Amino acid sequence: QHCFFPFSFKDAVDLSKFPADRIRNFCIIAHIDHGKSTLADRLLEMTGAIAKTEKNKQVLDKLQVERERGITVKAQTASLFYNHEGQQYLLNLIDTPGHVDFSYEVSRSISACQGVLLIVDANQGIQAQTVANFYLAFEAQLAIIPVINKIDLKNADPERVESQIEKVFDIPREECIRISAKLGTNVENVLQAVVDRIPPPEASIDDPFKALVFDSNFDHYRGVVANIAVFGGRVKKGDRIVSAYLGKTYEVNELGLLRPDEHSTGKLFAGQVGYIVAGMKDVKEAQIGDTLYLQEQPVEALPGFKPAKAMVFAGMYPMDQSEYQGLRSAIEKLTLNDSSVTVQRDSSLALGAGWRLGFLGLLHMEVFNQRLEQEYNASVIVTAPTVPYKAVLSSAKLIKEHGSKEITIVNPAQFPDRTVVSEYLEPMVLGTILAPDSYTGKIMSLCLNRRAVQKNMLYIDDQRVMMKYLFPLNEVVVDFYDLLKSLSSGYASFDYENAGYQAADLIKMDILLNGRPVEELITIVHRDRAYSSGKAMCERLKDSIPRQMFEIAVQAAIGSKVIARETIKAYKKNVLAKCYGGDITRKMKLLKKQAEGKKKMRLIGSVEVPKDAFINVLKRKQK
Amino acid sequence: MMSLRAARRALSPGVRRFSDTSGGEIVEDVSERTGCAQLTTQASLYVHWPYCLRRCSYCNFNKYISRDNNDHMMTECLQKETETLLQLSQVSCVTSVFFGGGTPSLAHPSTVAAVLETVSGQASLSEKAEVTLEVNPTPVGMSKLEDFCRAGVNRFSIGVQSLQDDDLKILGRDHSSRQALQTIEEARRLCPGRVSVDVMFGRPKQSVESWENELSKLLRVCDDHMSLYQLTLERGTQLFKQVQGGEVTVPAEDVTAEMYQCARRTLHQHGFLQYEVSNFAKHKAVSHHNMSYWKGRQYIGVGPGAHGRFVLPGEGGVAREARTQTLEPDVWMREVQQRGHGTRRRIQLNHLELLEEVLVMGMRMTEGINHKHWELFSPQLSLREVFGRSTDVQELLQSGRLILDDRGLRCSWDGLALLDSMLPALLVELERQISQRLQRDHHTDGQTKKTSNPR
Repeated sequence: QHCFFPFSFKDAVDLSKFPADRIRNFCIIAHIDHGKSTLADRLLEMTGAIAKTEKNKQVLDKLQVERERGITVKAQTASLFYNHEGQQYLLNLIDTPGHVDFSYEVSRSISACQGVLLIVDANQGIQAQTVANFYLAFEAQLAIIPVINKIDLKNADPERVESQIEKVFDIPREECIRISAKLGTNVENVLQAVVDRIPPPEASIDDPFKALVFDSNFDHYRGVVANIAVFGGRVKKGDRIVSAYLGKTYEVNELGLLRPDEHSTGKLFAGQVGYIVAGMKDVKEAQIGDTLYLQEQPVEALPGFKPAKAMVFAGMYPMDQSEYQGLRSAIEKLTLNDSSVTVQRDSSLALGAGWRLGFLGLLHMEVFNQRLEQEYNASVIVTAPTVPYKAVLSSAKLIKEHGSKEITIVNPAQFPDRTVVSEYLEPMVLGTILAPDSYTGKIMSLCLNRRAVQKNMLYIDDQRVMMKYLFPLNEVVVDFYDLLKSLSSGYASFDYENAGYQAADLIKMDILLNGRPVEELITIVHRDRAYSSGKAMCERLKDSIPRQMFEIAVQAAIGSKVIARETIKAYKKNVLAKCYGGDITRKMKLLKKQAEGKKKMRLIGSVEVPKDAFINVLKRKQK
Repeated sequence: MMSLRAARRALSPGVRRFSDTSGGEIVEDVSERTGCAQLTTQASLYVHWPYCLRRCSYCNFNKYISRDNNDHMMTECLQKETETLLQLSQVSCVTSVFFGGGTPSLAHPSTVAAVLETVSGQASLSEKAEVTLEVNPTPVGMSKLEDFCRAGVNRFSIGVQSLQDDDLKILGRDHSSRQALQTIEEARRLCPGRVSVDVMFGRPKQSVESWENELSKLLRVCDDHMSLYQLTLERGTQLFKQVQGGEVTVPAEDVTAEMYQCARRTLHQHGFLQYEVSNFAKHKAVSHHNMSYWKGRQYIGVGPGAHGRFVLPGEGGVAREARTQTLEPDVWMREVQQRGHGTRRRIQLNHLELLEEVLVMGMRMTEGINHKHWELFSPQLSLREVFGRSTDVQELLQSGRLILDDRGLRCSWDGLALLDSMLPALLVELERQISQRLQRDHHTDGQTKKTSNPR
């Protein structure tokens, strides 16, 4: 039995023993790979929530895609019991994602907390997401505990990182805790600081029950499993509760703590964080940001969350229309777990019925797509991603039709013609780039090439520069980050926030395969960049489409004018020379794989296009 | 069974020599007359000799530069495994034997004699059955040809690869073009009409023109059979690294395509009929051993890394198995000594998998798959039933690259060069039809006794 953990697993936990002043709600925020999940593993081990073994690697990363990509996508919650100066404390840890695309998850986690551990890599120092995450926490007025991780690394320079923290965040260097999450060094100090420096939640057990739904999952058997933070009062099994958003009443079937697995306790009290199952069967019933209260004691709803703003849109269609229903239910279930995805029905002549989905960024979209395929075994066609453009209409008829002068276009196929528009607008973002100063020149020319305007530049220490640029969103959405990483040998980091709209000279560009337009690839481009991006798309499409038995013309066109062309030559010979000696197993495997792949091809005329080609086409090759 | 066993001829190596081998009449093609029963009572035999003197720069085949001299043990093990696998397969007739490698011409002729003797001890091996040996055209190889004939070999396949000495060096071959020509001559003297020449195109720095010249030169000296292989860059080979590193360049795809077409035309003009993607024969001198692979017949693979496809009634099996022998010679020998054979992997082929192999192999032949040949393996679904309805297949038929008519299914002249682009569509359709058929059978006549599928 571990000394920090006073209860054996099977003991019923009496949560009434933890009044609000013995509770701390906190999350860990960090730039990707700075060791957030590793620290979470150590905290879980030290408080006995999980057994201490060699295998505890990123226990809170439950999704297959998270383990595969080494990123956290969904915030996960774990309650820890901690003994400090003779007192038992209940520490609720909420693990957060580390990628720019998922800042919405971060801000939601923050709303259930009173403090954060801000982790910075002792070698890499402050990175773009460190800055972004710091401001999220700072604006929410949370207690911030800076933690410098990976001090065991050979090149660790904690002093330098401390002075960066002092300079950029105005936090005294004495407040930093130096740790190695990997080795467990000083992690005990982190737990003490959580108790000492983070205020307890302001919640009274005497108030009426009031809880915020800050996350939810869907379970095939029990329906919706909601994660809640109790802001007042108490709730127990059998209570009748109301959703403020829908006004519907439910009976609490099950509730308890997440450690990180569900651990039923029968009750939850003010200040605590846990899960609740209350017979919500429809995925739409558990609205994230909703307030729950007892039927007989109505309360004023909590402010909830601003809906996440989708910045990247793409069409998703079933490979085969017979799979429409299945795909619909898969999308519904996934969007319940990820309320930041917006969903609109859409249909197209070429692709049939489907949806137009809005995502926070391209990684978010890829992860969503991967989860659809892995967790729901769905096979989908994804169109080229686009950003939400706006058009100011000049035609009175159209204005009447749309009910407003300004419309937002999330589907390039519906981009209105220049003749009915007085002005197009494109979304802008304020990007933050942190990099060693030796890369400044390269980065500046990359930004210039992406139509960006420099706003600000600051040395955060004698070698590292923080630059701010105003970018058109469509210039950074697909591949900017990859490119930035590769030209800075991985040293630069990037994050962005929305910065409104600006007028732009936009045009619609078609991609044709043997003269047939490919609906998935219609893109909106800036006029000045039409030729270069058309040419680049043709070149990349040429590389993504396998040679076939006939020649394929790949063209980019504005209206009826072709602006770029590539040719995929026909196969003249495609037959394996030697096929005996008896070993045909390898050859059969290869052919079977091709036959399987053939089923997943999208046919444009008679041209077979692999379905990942549509996204690959937009990514620039790493050179 | 007893009578067949009794009818087996016990051969002494000295006797198994042919003097009357004019033309290609040794074993006539039994394909269309081969009934369902023969599918499992006959097999061809492949024997793998794993050793080479040196490593060719393009080769990733299972071969080993030995060595301590353990030829004797290798011979015993090849015999032992031949015996075991023939017993397990219970075939009564071995239709052909092929000694491949590695470099089997490095083996002692007595090894060949011993293996053939073992075969004759287990099943009938007709005096006329084709027995091929792969030969490296080195002086040593050449000097042994006569002894190999005495041991029972009646067909030579000579790995000429190129007539350019520079190229032979790049390829890492251990012979010269002059030695190759001499070896062909000697082989033709010993086995007139039964000598095959292996040549490789798509070699580093090769041009269409130089290839044409080389072919003309070869046509003047060769016998009645030629195999043309395009050099394929295999991962892990020295040549692969050289090409990756930019030290060596190989001709572009379009150039090798042109080389292939040009060779097909030239050989045709000289009376060589193409009967398979890479194989050409005059006077019907086709390789019967290889034909039996393409016709989907049983074969037994003996030796390190050899592959086989056969039913094992000796173990109560009914479905054909894909068998792979242990790769590494020393390990393989230990296994053979311990349990009689060195089979490392056994996979039972289901009905669909068997048909897939029949399709993929059969379509490599210019004559393709005729209706009877298909029916042998698929009595319930004819070629037309499987492929006649698919729109993908219709497109291939309309493009003139694929032909489905009263004879059967085959590639056109143009289509053969693009076979691998057409096979995925055919495989998709085959799978769809077979699975639909299974569902229908399941729904409509669950009562009816299942017709046994051929193996």
